[in-house]
Amino acid sequence: MGGLQAQAPTLGPLRPVLVFACGNPSRGDDALGPALLERLAARQAEGRFVDCDLLTDFQLQVEHALDLIGRREVIFVDAAASGPEPCAFTPVVPEPALTYTTHAMSPGGVLRVLAQIHPDPPPPAWLLAIRGYAFDLGQPLSPGALANLDAALTMLETHLA
Amino acid sequence: MTTSLETARHPETLKRVCIEPVTRVEGHGKVTLLLDEDNHIKQARLHIVEFRGFEKFIQGRPYWELPVLVQRLCGICPVSHHLAAAKATDQLVGVDSLTPTAEKVRRLMHYGQTLQSHALHFFHLSSPDLLFGFDDAVRHRNIVGVIQDHPQIATQGVLLRKYGQEVIRVTAGKRIHGTGAIPGGVNKAVSPEERDYLLKDIGQMIQWAQEAVGLMRRIFLDNADYHQQFGRVDANTLGLIRPDGAFELYHGGLRARAPDGATIFDYIDYRDYERHLREEVKSWSYMKFPFIAELGPELGWYRVGPLARVNNCDRFDTPLAEAERQRFVAAGEGRPQQAALAFHWARLVELLYCAEAIETLLHDPDIGGTELQVHGDMRPKGIGVVEAPRGTLFHHYEIDGDGLVTRANLIVSTTNNNQAMNASIRQVASQYLSGRELTEPLLNQIEVAIRAYDPCLSCATHAVGKMPLELSLVDTAGEVLDRLTQTPRGEVRR
Repeated sequence: MGGLQAQAPTLGPLRPVLVFACGNPSRGDDALGPALLERLAARQAEGRFVDCDLLTDFQLQVEHALDLIGRREVIFVDAAASGPEPCAFTPVVPEPALTYTTHAMSPGGVLRVLAQIHPDPPPPAWLLAIRGYAFDLGQPLSPGALANLDAALTMLETHLA
Repeated sequence: MTTSLETARHPETLKRVCIEPVTRVEGHGKVTLLLDEDNHIKQARLHIVEFRGFEKFIQGRPYWELPVLVQRLCGICPVSHHLAAAKATDQLVGVDSLTPTAEKVRRLMHYGQTLQSHALHFFHLSSPDLLFGFDDAVRHRNIVGVIQDHPQIATQGVLLRKYGQEVIRVTAGKRIHGTGAIPGGVNKAVSPEERDYLLKDIGQMIQWAQEAVGLMRRIFLDNADYHQQFGRVDANTLGLIRPDGAFELYHGGLRARAPDGATIFDYIDYRDYERHLREEVKSWSYMKFPFIAELGPELGWYRVGPLARVNNCDRFDTPLAEAERQRFVAAGEGRPQQAALAFHWARLVELLYCAEAIETLLHDPDIGGTELQVHGDMRPKGIGVVEAPRGTLFHHYEIDGDGLVTRANLIVSTTNNNQAMNASIRQVASQYLSGRELTEPLLNQIEVAIRAYDPCLSCATHAVGKMPLELSLVDTAGEVLDRLTQTPRGEVRR
């Protein structure tokens, strides 16, 4: 398992940019992150942004720190229940205090765990927070969230280009 | 048993203490403590303020979608829903017995899920409380604090989590949204390369799990009087068991025991669960209150999960876990352990069991077999039960002639523990709340009791910007006497 070598410094070239989307595809606008990743995967199928790794999960957890080791850059994508419309693109730094509100972690909390368990400095990281409005089980993306998704994809493509 | 959770004759005259929502558990939970005029606690209520609509989400869907569909109910233990639904759909397609390969691959997946879930709970959620004490500063009492003070433990926790996830990936085909279990079997076996990949690190995982149990045992016994009394409630226990009484997580009969260990029923077919269990509805919560039918709602509520399972079983079939179970039982001095904090100890005994059981299965040639699926004649009803990390999980489906779900009933682990959690909250609050002022230590004491059960209140929605924590004290006239707010960054403000 790669994890058991996690404490060794990274040698050689950095690993590709990681786009890590969080969210539950069946919880309304919580699907914004996975939906954006699907669109990015479609771009990759067309030959664009092929040097990015794409990863998704319901929630961020401590072991995801291992996925960040040796990355050139990490971009977390998540739905936001409040905040700017259509989206916000902000830097993520290791958090001095963990947002320990659920079983899940914040992007900054994961970076902090990485910094504690691995000798490499954490990679540059960003959070693309896409504004959502409704998070009910079994519901599709709301019209407002769909519009925000388009804008967020444009912003991400610009950043990755 | 504690049966006097709601003793007030006129609840409308009581003061209310509200915590909304609870930190480090899922979703929008709220704790209300109802006080009488003398500031004594008369009621404890852990509210679920969101209607999740699981059954509505499932109704009308084709049965073959269920094992994949239900994973979206919960981002914390999707594999448990996957396997419970798969067991129910086995029955829908007329299959009562899987091939050895299918059953063992499913077990491997289940043990991987339980291992990673238990590792998260101990190393990430509960170890800060246990290592630093409940009165430690909030900003220090989290996983970052653990890493600062105990870097080796934190790293082991991360890597145990990762190992469990890798077991899931190998057996389910993907990290998330896996499709490994299908009606009547599995869609893939474990290849020799995959087996060797997992075998490479399992010895290390067993060693770390064993060390974690030892650490937990020492923490518990070093302050045994305190740990034995904190959140202690005498409860019935419920869980799956093997025919010989051995510990079981994937498939078996239901055993229930009384608080003194006396058997209520033993090894009953879980497909008859509706004869033995009832669900009560209360006006103040969307979460139901299950109870053992023959005892009634006042006496029949029960506890599930690690503490219930380790109390309930007669033995483990792996040597290291069995040795730890015997130490656990000895600490109970002839009675089942009833302390809320004994959950943590039992959880780590199970973590060790899972690591050992994974190793045993990885050496079993059946996991690489080629007979993956069996078929039968369709049936209108299927009921699947597994022991999820947090406790017994029931999936019950009925379908029409087109294979579409007409009825679904899910009893999730946290629902099974509903009344027991309320009882522990009441016990802790009765002991530590006094006067008219709320304190951060009091807030955390209540949270510690809830966290011992590792509840999962609202599955998988986690969008950025949620989860403040609020504790307020309101008098009988509705006036707020005191209020504490804890931000997502752990800052507490009055």
